[in-house]
Amino acid sequence: MISMRNLRKDFTVRVKASRFRREKRTVAAVDGVSLTIDRGEMVGYIGPNGAGKSTTLKMLTGVLTPSSGDVSVCGLAPVPQRTRLALRIGVVFGQRSQLWWDLPLRESFRLLRHIYRVPAAEHETRLRRCRSLLDLDEFLDTPVRQLSLGQRMRGELTAALLHGPEVLFLDEPTIGLDVVSKQAVRSFLGELGASGDVTLVLTTHDLADIERLCERLVVIDHGRVVHDGTIEALHARYGSRRSLVVDLENPLPSGFVLPGATLVGSEAAGHRVTFALDSSAAGAAVAGLVAAVPVRDLSLLEPDIEDVVARLYRS
Amino acid sequence: MGELRAYGALAGAQIRSAMSYRASFLTEMVANTGATVFDVFTVLVLFRATPAIGGFSLEEALLIVGLSSAGFALADMTVGNVDRLKLYVRAGTLDAVLVRPLPALPQLLLMDIPLRKTLRVVFAFVVLCGAVAVNDIDWTPGRLVLVVLTPLAGCVFFASIFVISASLAFWWVDSGEIGAAFTYGGRDYTSYPITVYSSWFRALFAYAIGFAFVAYQPALALLGRTDPLGLPGWAGFLSPLAALASASVAAMVWRIGIRHYRSTGS
Repeated sequence: MISMRNLRKDFTVRVKASRFRREKRTVAAVDGVSLTIDRGEMVGYIGPNGAGKSTTLKMLTGVLTPSSGDVSVCGLAPVPQRTRLALRIGVVFGQRSQLWWDLPLRESFRLLRHIYRVPAAEHETRLRRCRSLLDLDEFLDTPVRQLSLGQRMRGELTAALLHGPEVLFLDEPTIGLDVVSKQAVRSFLGELGASGDVTLVLTTHDLADIERLCERLVVIDHGRVVHDGTIEALHARYGSRRSLVVDLENPLPSGFVLPGATLVGSEAAGHRVTFALDSSAAGAAVAGLVAAVPVRDLSLLEPDIEDVVARLYRS
Repeated sequence: MGELRAYGALAGAQIRSAMSYRASFLTEMVANTGATVFDVFTVLVLFRATPAIGGFSLEEALLIVGLSSAGFALADMTVGNVDRLKLYVRAGTLDAVLVRPLPALPQLLLMDIPLRKTLRVVFAFVVLCGAVAVNDIDWTPGRLVLVVLTPLAGCVFFASIFVISASLAFWWVDSGEIGAAFTYGGRDYTSYPITVYSSWFRALFAYAIGFAFVAYQPALALLGRTDPLGLPGWAGFLSPLAALASASVAAMVWRIGIRHYRSTGS
């Protein structure tokens, strides 16, 4: 569905060298990215500010011309075939509106129907679905400039989906939203992705978006892909594991070995111990433990993805 | 066909948006008409001081002003707002335009339809009709076609200049008002018989860029006057060709420019 090979984007920037002189310098915003994304995948794209996430997205949507490398989306070359590609993709830029500022939301949707040449019946079906899933009805007749950010974002999502795109690109769709709106956006996207006929690519700073939505995580830094795989694979690679904290009736017998886990800590005179789990499935280890020793209480701690990513950015 | 419907819908939306700010629409319309009225007055005032300019009488000069401002007013109303491109490039709002399934330039033009400039077009054509009436033109079928085609060719010519100067923003974000030197400057330049300009200025603007073909040469052909600068009589009929040439240059510059668009962060 999407493929990039050695994709590069260089920008020339002028840097102030002295009082009167400015130097030209070439900066690689995207520095040789190769990725393939299949139909129906949900891919989260994360990285620090300036890592090249948005630049990549803009090359995929035909907004920016790559400096070198190959890119294809839905079998089309984004820049030369921009208008044809636009009919088959949906784009939500968290910080740029696709809607008409002075017109009611309903009007924007009607206009988009003409722009994308969508048959009236199809348009109606899709709009009805979005209206119920995103609760649009209460502000459908309000001019866009008077909408709250959360309401506007729900409008933007609808706007991007009314022509039934095969790929949906989202650039920071939850930026600036409150918790409730974030939840609404996430569960909507979750449902959309689960249906399997839309490929979702989203960039975000909010790792909760990724944990909730994306099977696959691509971490980009300084224009290069530093990780591509599941969140679990990221944890495995950077040694962050789930941990099992157990409160015991009696301290563990010496030489106790729990299959599938490693003892990493002990406190309260051996009454509380912590195991690091080798795999993501905790069932076997918990069962083995309960069978061997009397357990008073236990809890399972998720590794903190924020920590992992922060560590990744620093390295 | 579908595309035309889409443009129609975009235009309708823009007009409804503009109407949601009614008072500012009316004041801008009045202000804009004022601007064109002043252009014509300048020429009239000049002739209070001297009976002839560059070898042309008031009536003849009026025909030149009329042709020039009719072409310019049409172009300014339809394409003039393309000079807002530099704002869209600076703010990165062009992104939203580029992800829609329509060519970018028509979309940009429809992002602001300056209805406030309509009175300006009307006034320019009134001046043109007046000028045609006060001059003693020996009508032939060729001249009839010419008087209709010239404002249209002038419109295409100025439109190309608008697009080319707006495209500067793709390379040079703070291109500022440099484009206005060629658009509004071009209108002022073409409002007078080009015989008033010094020779290098004339060579560059009138012939190399082609401003002579907007109003001066067609006016000569309409009046049946020989060109004091030596071009043959049929030179006036070249203005549609000059317009086509400028339009293809503009299309090329635009196409190259849009590939240089850099967007903005995030």
